[in-house]
Amino acid sequence: MSVLIFIDVAEGHVKKASLEVLTYGAKVAGQSGTTAEGVVLGSVTEDLSALGKYGVKKIHQVNNEILNHFDAQVYTRVIAQVAGSTGAKIIIFSNNVDGKAIAPRLSARLKAGLVSGAVALPDTTNGFVVKKNVFSGKAFANVSLNTNIKIISLSPNAYKTEATQGIAEIIPFNATVEASRVKVVAVNKASGEVPLTEAEIVVSAGRGMKGPENWGIVEDLAHSLHAALACSRPVADAHWRPHNEHVGQTGIAIAPNLYIAIGISGAIQHLAGVNRSKVIVVINKDPEAPFFKAADYGIIGDAFEILPKFTEAVKKMKGVA
Amino acid sequence: MKILVCISKTPDTTAKIAFTANNTKFDTNGVQWIINPYDEWYSLVRAIELKEAEPSTLIHLVTAGAADTDPIIRKALALGGDEAIRVNTDSHDSFYIASQIAEVAKQGNYDLVFTGKETIDYNGSSIGGMVAELLDFPFISLATKFELKSNKATVTREIEGGEEVCEVELPIVVSCAKGVAEQRIPNMRGIMAARTRPLKVVEPVAADTLTSVQSFGLPPAKAGVKLVAADNVEELVRLLHEEAKMI
Repeated sequence: MSVLIFIDVAEGHVKKASLEVLTYGAKVAGQSGTTAEGVVLGSVTEDLSALGKYGVKKIHQVNNEILNHFDAQVYTRVIAQVAGSTGAKIIIFSNNVDGKAIAPRLSARLKAGLVSGAVALPDTTNGFVVKKNVFSGKAFANVSLNTNIKIISLSPNAYKTEATQGIAEIIPFNATVEASRVKVVAVNKASGEVPLTEAEIVVSAGRGMKGPENWGIVEDLAHSLHAALACSRPVADAHWRPHNEHVGQTGIAIAPNLYIAIGISGAIQHLAGVNRSKVIVVINKDPEAPFFKAADYGIIGDAFEILPKFTEAVKKMKGVA
Repeated sequence: MKILVCISKTPDTTAKIAFTANNTKFDTNGVQWIINPYDEWYSLVRAIELKEAEPSTLIHLVTAGAADTDPIIRKALALGGDEAIRVNTDSHDSFYIASQIAEVAKQGNYDLVFTGKETIDYNGSSIGGMVAELLDFPFISLATKFELKSNKATVTREIEGGEEVCEVELPIVVSCAKGVAEQRIPNMRGIMAARTRPLKVVEPVAADTLTSVQSFGLPPAKAGVKLVAADNVEELVRLLHEEAKMI
């Protein structure tokens, strides 16, 4: 009986989302008076034992070359073996790209109830109930898991990482690893940029910027805040910005701490992808823009005048001007 | 080549979200229903394109729902597809529904199962992965490009901060995201043809229900926007720093 947390890595580095699930998983273990254990697949270049500071006591590592490439089918079988051997009753993933592929597979394999996109700790006062967002962030549901083994995939950026003290014991795990049927032929990543789904601050701009040549002042603001860049659908469709920056219902759904929307009117489809942001700032010259209704802070005015001042004020506040 | 496309009925994006029966049921009063956009725009349209490139391809649509799902599946058939199968159930449990789809997939011996990346109501993104596990097929999630050459698929999928390209032999399950195909509008010929295409209704097989929704709720309303004058951006930065504590 323990809580097993999947530690997701990319190119040997532990993802930020993994630190969130470690913190969350340790809290879940605390709730049920058991210990939190981690599982990591493939080789990792950083010191895993340092993850103990997020509350995990043991980390089971399956080191096999096949696992250095992600394949949900292969990963699921290995995690099932670790879960079986550790007697895990609660298994936790991040609801990130990899978690969305593995958690449902594992749920079907173990016949373990799954809550995907959890946003809070389980409520165990009457059964085992986990809160998640539904209707694209317009509502939430309290989902009851009725099975002996339970799986939670935690919405990225929904649970704050907390580090204290502690060293985790790294235990090599000898699993049967079958060959992958999926061959990875290329990985294309924008280097040095903050991945949109992991970003705590997102600066996003829309048609109000009038053309791709005007994005310099948007980028300046993003850099001053260490923020990721995003855009609205018309901007991506017009190829002003790459598609992987498109947030909204058809693009990527995000939930950063701070979302700054510039020259975006706030159509319902756009809001569906960003309404889980904790604080929303809207800059728009149209006082009737529907986005103001969903905003916490707003400025009615011309982005071309406001953005340079915004960037300067941020730099000044951070003492780097 | 046989393709199975999973279709879900969802409330329209602009539908008012409210709950009844002591917050345990979605209030369907006045709600317009649509094909889940990701199922329609991406997976169904890509399947149709594959059939256009290779006319011997068969496209079957599957949905799990009660009789009120029929207009939605007819609408999907108007876009394309040779026949549709509706599993007669009103369950909302992902595993139960995945078990039904996996059963249909087994019976029909499909090479390719397409789902949308998630539904816009329950946002579970679970059906594709579960069906893949039940069929013991590889699962490629969040595909943004899908190419097929005889028995081998080349799929581009989203990863954090970029994309990954992989090759995999059929049979497989793929969940489709933006980029796989572009939205189409059904034409009159399609709408007329859809009337005569078979819509089979099958009863569900026995399967476990692993979850249940205990209650729904709405997030607390925003307090309202705090406006800052355009010539006082420093004040916005101060508020974000001192009040919101975000920067």
